Amino acid sequence: MRRIISFILLIIIFVGIYLALTHIPYAKDKMKVSKHYINNGIKENGAANIVTAVVLNYRGFDTLGEVTVLFIGAVGLGMILFGSRTNSKDRTPASLILTTGCRLLFPFILLLGIYIFIHGHLTPGGGFQGGAIIASGFLLNYLGCLKRPVKENGINAIESLAGTIFVMIGLIGLLYGGYFLLNFLPKGVLNTLVSGGILPLLYIAIGFKVGAELAGIIYKLME
Amino acid sequence: MIFITFLVIIMLIGAIVACIFKDLLSAAIAAGIVSLIASILFYFLQAPDVAMAEASIGAALTTAIFVFAIKKTERYEENEKDN
Repeated sequence: MRRIISFILLIIIFVGIYLALTHIPYAKDKMKVSKHYINNGIKENGAANIVTAVVLNYRGFDTLGEVTVLFIGAVGLGMILFGSRTNSKDRTPASLILTTGCRLLFPFILLLGIYIFIHGHLTPGGGFQGGAIIASGFLLNYLGCLKRPVKENGINAIESLAGTIFVMIGLIGLLYGGYFLLNFLPKGVLNTLVSGGILPLLYIAIGFKVGAELAGIIYKLME
Repeated sequence: MIFITFLVIIMLIGAIVACIFKDLLSAAIAAGIVSLIASILFYFLQAPDVAMAEASIGAALTTAIFVFAIKKTERYEENEKDN
């Protein structure tokens, strides 16, 4: 009985979504906002990657919200797992090939992640992607070598510092020009590393924050 | 076009299999395959930013976190009781 009712409900929802989606014109620019971004985004922000301009400048407050949601997720995981620490000394160490491999690969993974979030305003990628790549480097190091390159307190310090820097840059914009996350620095020459005003600084802060948060989640789960 | 169709079919199979499996470890890996193919499709649809986020977070880290969670709890799903 319950299955029949849930099946009927699913069909009703499917028909509703289908009827709604058939009325939406696909791939036509009806919105004035997106036209404004495409026509004026490069001129107003000096960033070659328009996606970065939208994520960090026009929608910068949403990005702060996303980072906060990730932080709350990490804190909640720490609360659930608090007190359930098992002794991890009975694990067998990995072979020489695995330990050497992960020790050699770890700096290059860090380099790739840092490259991606420093060049976030020029090429595809940015703080979230670079931070996730850095965290996967920490995952490799912990799976292969059972080692932690950074202590847990250091990770918490990096995370808090990066979050504070993000909010501070936003507040400087508020003092300087009247609204939060104003792009107050000079725009620079397009397609160079030092361009786009505050966007590279914000992406560096987000990269460190996301990398530290995800690495902290991995540490908490591996204990 | 044939390649994209092939990828979408594999993605659909992975999604269905992830729902059906009682072994949660296999289900987590099938969900990771869905994320990986989604990132390839994002790249073909000219959204490299989203493709990178999906590949690094969806395919790598989420699968790892699922595996750790399964290791801390139980591997096999219990049978639901029908009423």
